[in-house]
Amino acid sequence: MDLFANLALGFSVALSPETLALAVVGCILGTMIGALPGLGPSNGVAILIPISFSFGLDATHSLVLMTAVYYGAMYGGRISSILLNIPGDEPAMMTTLDGYPMAKAGRAGDALVLSGVASFVGAFLATIGLMLLAPILARVAFMFGPAEYFALYVLAFCTLGGLGSNNQAKAAISVCLGLGIAMIGVDKSTGLTRFTGGSLHLYDGVDFLVAIVGLFAVAEVFVFIESHGRDSAIGVKLEKIRIPVRDIVNSGWTMLRGTGIGFIAGLLPGAGASLGSFLAYMLEKSTARDKSTFGKGEPRGITAPEAGNNAAAGGALVPMLTLGVPGSGTTAVLLALLMTLNITPGPLLFTERPEVVWGLIASLLIANVVLLILNVPLVRVFSRILQVPAAVLLPGVTMISFVGIYSLSGSYFDLLLMIGFGVLGYTLRKLSIPAVPVILGILLGGHMEVSLRRAMVLSDGDWTYLFASPISIGLWIAAVAGFILPLFLRPYLKVPAPVMTDDDVKRDKG
Amino acid sequence: MSDRITGLIVAVLALAFAASASQLEEPFFADPLGPKAFPLLISAISFVAAATMLMRPDAEPAWPGLATLMRLAIATIILVAYAYALKPLGFLLPTGIASAALSYQIRPRLRQSVVIGLALSVGLFVIFKYALGLGLFALPRWLMV
Repeated sequence: MDLFANLALGFSVALSPETLALAVVGCILGTMIGALPGLGPSNGVAILIPISFSFGLDATHSLVLMTAVYYGAMYGGRISSILLNIPGDEPAMMTTLDGYPMAKAGRAGDALVLSGVASFVGAFLATIGLMLLAPILARVAFMFGPAEYFALYVLAFCTLGGLGSNNQAKAAISVCLGLGIAMIGVDKSTGLTRFTGGSLHLYDGVDFLVAIVGLFAVAEVFVFIESHGRDSAIGVKLEKIRIPVRDIVNSGWTMLRGTGIGFIAGLLPGAGASLGSFLAYMLEKSTARDKSTFGKGEPRGITAPEAGNNAAAGGALVPMLTLGVPGSGTTAVLLALLMTLNITPGPLLFTERPEVVWGLIASLLIANVVLLILNVPLVRVFSRILQVPAAVLLPGVTMISFVGIYSLSGSYFDLLLMIGFGVLGYTLRKLSIPAVPVILGILLGGHMEVSLRRAMVLSDGDWTYLFASPISIGLWIAAVAGFILPLFLRPYLKVPAPVMTDDDVKRDKG
Repeated sequence: MSDRITGLIVAVLALAFAASASQLEEPFFADPLGPKAFPLLISAISFVAAATMLMRPDAEPAWPGLATLMRLAIATIILVAYAYALKPLGFLLPTGIASAALSYQIRPRLRQSVVIGLALSVGLFVIFKYALGLGLFALPRWLMV
């Protein structure tokens, strides 16, 4: 079997002491980052990329470290959801709905263990799904020419914009902003400089890492300053941790259903983990015989979204690795990492650099086991992290971001650009214009233009060539649907309001 | 109102972008599409989206009050000053001052902020320099010859 030979290759890479150590470090860092309110996976990975880059790790190792951080952050996001009712990251939002009420009812430990197990089931099965599906999709991807790639990029922007925002016009503006920024610099096919305004600093274009760290990390600092950095003290008491065997067994099918839905949501280019956890929760609630317990600490209301969001994290790696089109903000950041490492994701990656792909997959399997160990018996240790006050955390994150970007180029101009992106990110957030499409636009803009221009070279300027093959027609239809359908589905895609208890109301006022 | 203003700004930007694109000199042996077409496409789409935003704005977002805006402006100035100071003044001094000032913006307690600034600047320097091996200078370079 091909698969087993590949896996053996993967494990031979992943089980080297160095790789293993990096996976463990990544898991620990990731869980910490995920647990801190407001520091989601995208933030965490974005801040760490420049640092790992200047640390001089090779491609496989940095990829293993960063994906371990990514998975870890997906696990860690639930900790603050459950203990503070503040999601550690966006996909963990659905976990607050039942996780926090359960914790308030004195079962915080149970909620943490339950969600840890659900995360493991979701992430582990999704990694196996990635393993089975990615090589097949990579083979299909060989049939993609420039016209199909162009349609695929359009699809990614349409679904990301359509699902990620409540206003299609704002989503489109966000995408165009990113694409426009990607146009800055020397045009590779003609050598012409475009949109630099004569500034020499911009000849090489805008470094996407600068944009990512600015839009995510620096913008977060501004948001925290605005919210007065409410001190993150643990809201509920954490009793002794034991394993709620009965709840785990009872929600076995729930976890599997959540995993299935999450994985599929993750596969869609542009949809990602938030959609995965949302759909998993809503399906579980709508099919349950007794709906009244949801929102009041129902175990299945924790396991479904947790399995869903972690499975989506694995699913999102499939289009990212095989097609070079990320499915979420964090996979966009991981794509940025690949590009910095000079690895072009796509079908060729599977045939030419199998050690990278399979080493990564094997490390993910190992990382999941490590994360289960970290997140069940050691969850108390991580819950301590929530006690770090914002007044220490935020300046720390800012300084790490600055040093990371500074160590890339040593230029003050990049730092100023990063602050500019921070201000932009804050303003966009205020106007509820999503920031992730900007990142995706900056990342993919160059490729998108190149594939369009190549398609036009092949067809000698005939635009109908873009719609000539069945694959591209399918992608165009999906793109239009992905952009327009959410308009009609929006009334059904509302997140249920969290149950507010009396002292929550008091706390919000005080 | 915010949406209308944003729409207006984006529309103007889109036009400027299009103007800048159309002034590019088409090279003699270019591909059929050339360097102008894709940027023009982007500006067209953003112009339409901006017009939609102008016509159908969302509800007004909750902008922070004047005091908070001031604090945000101060934080931005601190960061800009930090960006300029990092190279000539070395790591320790600017980092200490900037993180103390930022922490003061989040939680206005003077003594706490000073301690945080000191701890972060020394702690991060040790991590970056010795654990991660980044080439940072602790002090202004003219002191370190």
